[in-house]
Amino acid sequence: MTNSQTIAPPSAAVVQTRDLSVFYGQTEAVKSVSVQIEPNQVVAFIGPSGCGKSTLLRCFNRMNDLVPGARVEGTVEFQGMDLYAPDVDPIEVRRRIGMVFQKPNPFPKSIYENVAFGARINGYRGDMDELVERSLRRAALWEEVHDRLNVSALSLSGGQQQRLCIARALAIEPEVLLMDEPTSALDPIATQKIEDLIWDLKQEYTILIVTHNMQQAARVSDQTAFLYMGNLIEFGPTDKIFTNPVEERTEAYITGRFG
Amino acid sequence: MTAPEVGNGRFQPRRRMRNVLGQLFRALFLLATCVGLAVLLVLLVDVLRTGAAHVSWDFVTAYPSRFAERAGIWAALIGSLWILGFTALFSFPLGIATAIWLEEYAPRGWLTRTIQTNIANLAAVPSIVYGILGLAVFVRWLEMGRSVLAGSLTLTLLILPVMIIAGQEAIRAVPNSIRLASYALGATRWQTVSRQVLPMAMPGILTGTILALSRAVGETAPLIIIGALAFVPFVPNGPLDSFTVLPIQIFNWVSRPQPEFHDIAAAAILVLLGVLLTFNLIAILLRNRYTQRS
Repeated sequence: MTNSQTIAPPSAAVVQTRDLSVFYGQTEAVKSVSVQIEPNQVVAFIGPSGCGKSTLLRCFNRMNDLVPGARVEGTVEFQGMDLYAPDVDPIEVRRRIGMVFQKPNPFPKSIYENVAFGARINGYRGDMDELVERSLRRAALWEEVHDRLNVSALSLSGGQQQRLCIARALAIEPEVLLMDEPTSALDPIATQKIEDLIWDLKQEYTILIVTHNMQQAARVSDQTAFLYMGNLIEFGPTDKIFTNPVEERTEAYITGRFG
Repeated sequence: MTAPEVGNGRFQPRRRMRNVLGQLFRALFLLATCVGLAVLLVLLVDVLRTGAAHVSWDFVTAYPSRFAERAGIWAALIGSLWILGFTALFSFPLGIATAIWLEEYAPRGWLTRTIQTNIANLAAVPSIVYGILGLAVFVRWLEMGRSVLAGSLTLTLLILPVMIIAGQEAIRAVPNSIRLASYALGATRWQTVSRQVLPMAMPGILTGTILALSRAVGETAPLIIIGALAFVPFVPNGPLDSFTVLPIQIFNWVSRPQPEFHDIAAAAILVLLGVLLTFNLIAILLRNRYTQRS
């Protein structure tokens, strides 16, 4: 996982935004947000529906490029590189910053092919079987599927499908993993497994997770960002946000007075 | 007979009435289905009764003749297959490519909407108009003459709108989450389209292609306009040869006064139906293979 050409300063943020705004037509969904995210942290983005947290997350791997009418202002930097610079290829950005979606969305192909797809299209030259196994192991799915890699991914349960989607994202060896409400479509047991997994994956990756579930944010994250109506209201260590928030609105949201 | 009503009288469930209405519509829909099936059945039985006796290997392999008992459909059958093959060759890639562009590449705007509307309109243009277009453009201007090539290009124009629309429907039915998943793994647009979207859309695209090509095989009017011959004592040896097709042969025989010719027309209809069914069967098998793989 070492990157030879990057000379990281001591407190280097792996990703950071400066005055980042996102517009959908005339609507400003994210308003001048600046955050710095350090490596090997789990950062939770919380806030009520429509607060811009998913939109913000999609800026980190340029998925907003695919939304017609979306416009991004300000900068997003990944290891000091401006992701929105004209010479940056979004294909490369997405290879290095993986994403897991709200609903499990495996391809209607075999388990093996789901994991191998990203590696194939990105010209992976190594041992594909080994990569598939390693990715499935890292996503804590190998034990359950190792004897049926060729069956359709759609035959898996929802929780397994989501872990397959995580394995698929890990197979292209990203440095950052974006998770957009990864457990909102899952039952509590499947959710538990994904949360345990996030905990393990933190050793190797920086994880940005959007969640509606405040207990989840409190359980899995090191840092929490609270967004409200497109503004970043508060950002800091999770235990501080949850026990002693600075902002009135943060406290109101955390304690369930609105949301 | 009525069960005790739950509630406090503010609901008037009229359950009996609602159930009767439900049954009524069910019967109505069944009746509608039966009408269609019955007409088809009568048609088939009628053609079978008239034509079945005349279908034989000699009938299939004989060239047309002035005498009904010696006449056959070899030229028309082979002509139809030539036309079918070339039409498929031209229309399938063009149709899919257009559908892909419209669904996956075209910017959403007035231009795309205008193109879209016009394709829908073209699908409704009477086939004879395409015949006139084919005559002007392919036969005369491009000097292809009354050839297989001119005929299949004309039919390509005719079925292209239908194929494009069917292709678009199939591509649109692929959930967007699949595209997002693919892009998020660093796939380019073409990788997403070719490896995820198209395989998932292929069964639908093939169904549309079958329907469109079946229509092409049954077309008569535009081919008459561009000058497909009614009496062809030879089979085409290349795309620039002149030709006839089964529907024209049938039309020609039906319009003769002698009843013997009407009988062999029925026999030719049976062969045409056979060709269509075989063709559809192949397409269905192909489609099932695709569905199973995904």
